[in-house]
Amino acid sequence: MNALRAAGLTKRYGRIPVVDELDLTVERGELYGFLGPNGAGKTTTIRMALGLIHPSGGEAELLGERVGTRGHLEALAQTGALIEEPGFYRYLSGRRNLINFARAGGSRPDVRARLRRVDAVMEQVGLADARNKRVKAYSQGMRQRLGIALALLGRPDLLVLDEPTNGLDPQGMREIRMLLRRLADDGTTVFVSSHLLSEVEAMCDRVGVLSHGKLVAEGAPSKLRGSADRLRLEVDDEDRAASILEDMPGVRVADRAPGILRLRLDAPATPPAVNAALVRAGVEVSALAPERETLEDVFLSLVEDAGVPG
Amino acid sequence: MFRVELSKASRRWRTLLLAAAFGGIPVLIAVAVQLSPPTQQGGDAPPFLLQIVRNGLFAPLTGLAVIQPFFLPLATGLFAGDAIAGEAQGGTLRYLLVRPVARARLVLAKYTATMTLLASLLVWVIVCGLVAGGILFGVSALPTLSGTTLSVVDALARILGSAFYMLLVVSGVASIGIFLSTLTDSAPGATVATIILAIASQILDNLESLRAIHPYLPTHGWLAFTDLFRFPVEWSAMRGGVAISAAYTAVFLGAAVLNFRRRDVTS
Repeated sequence: MNALRAAGLTKRYGRIPVVDELDLTVERGELYGFLGPNGAGKTTTIRMALGLIHPSGGEAELLGERVGTRGHLEALAQTGALIEEPGFYRYLSGRRNLINFARAGGSRPDVRARLRRVDAVMEQVGLADARNKRVKAYSQGMRQRLGIALALLGRPDLLVLDEPTNGLDPQGMREIRMLLRRLADDGTTVFVSSHLLSEVEAMCDRVGVLSHGKLVAEGAPSKLRGSADRLRLEVDDEDRAASILEDMPGVRVADRAPGILRLRLDAPATPPAVNAALVRAGVEVSALAPERETLEDVFLSLVEDAGVPG
Repeated sequence: MFRVELSKASRRWRTLLLAAAFGGIPVLIAVAVQLSPPTQQGGDAPPFLLQIVRNGLFAPLTGLAVIQPFFLPLATGLFAGDAIAGEAQGGTLRYLLVRPVARARLVLAKYTATMTLLASLLVWVIVCGLVAGGILFGVSALPTLSGTTLSVVDALARILGSAFYMLLVVSGVASIGIFLSTLTDSAPGATVATIILAIASQILDNLESLRAIHPYLPTHGWLAFTDLFRFPVEWSAMRGGVAISAAYTAVFLGAAVLNFRRRDVTS
């Protein structure tokens, strides 16, 4: 049984698809990063998986239960979620908010178990000192922490967190990342969306990149990056070099600046072959080095590729 | 779920403010009667009117009659209009739904909470009126316009009966409010719309030329509880009021559940 699965999942507003025949599988126990720029459809996907938005097509499953079925409600009881910003009753204290949510829905033993955990989860996210303050007086970072505390309240098998480190300072971000990593290591499945690559790279087992409602890449963060390494060339005449290289199979010019070319190589092209071809044509090569691409570059190139029609 | 609603409401300023207003009105009535000299009150009026007015049972009954046209719709609008839209506006709706709370159950819990809060306010009016009236005038048997006299216990039972009737007939407006609350993510919008609707309906109910539509107005028969103080009690107007309120409740509560289940929650 998967923790989360989407098959052909689609949401259209009018004719425009926000999520476009999305296929996605998150295995039990993994920490999955759901990456994409704002407006890529991350939140809409999450809302569909949680049953808040009805799909226009396809289906979504949570812990093996299809959205819209009775089983899905039971799956939701095993899920903790943070959806966009946290939402709280501002006139109540943080602790009172958690108590109210703990009491809402579920069986009596569930409710009791959640009530017992209120203070523990507040401690876990570092809010023990502020628990009796009204949420009105909380900073954005404190609200975010309380949102994560709420998600943890039911001791969930699956955590679905939409941009959990929003509004946190670097120290807070690190704490939350470590907390999520710890939870995942203890067996909780964590599905976390983000537009911050460094964040996802630092903690996730697997990353999916969403662009225009479609998954454009998926894999381990290192693999995602490794597959897209580039070759940086310093030459005397980048125009001539570019025209020669464009005829070579497997070579793509990714970027050019005066005297500098960045190439993306696929088989059968290799760095020595590139060098040899240029030298044969009389182009002076003063430097040739692999350049480790940042995940950011990978991300941008993936997203841009997907944005081109056709 | 329902208990959570009451606990939340009891911690809000607006609930306390409403309670102050609802409790204050019968107290004001009692004090006003006490302050105006008996001769003026008497005037040309028959002496039994004086007997009615200077009786501790008068304040709760008049209090109920005074709050009904405006304050009761106001409270109904605040509770019902806020039901779903308020949660949407505050960003808490999505967290309740993924808790999970089934959507139909949430609507019904909100309706029950609204009605319970309104019932508490009505009881509160009676309690405040009795205390203020009892202190100032004491409580004695109540003469009626039909010429008979009600014992204290009988009168109290009928006052409670009036409040219960008011609760039954406000249910239609509360259901409309909850339906409106599922349509929008703006709590003030749903609240104001509900209040306007209840007041407009009462105005239309008073326009003679619109007689034909009167029986179908959601507030039709609201004042019929006065029939409880006739001899014999005239039930037909109250039956009509309860029937139309029940019809509005069934239709709009049903519509609220259907609409809310069908709808995307994007708040």
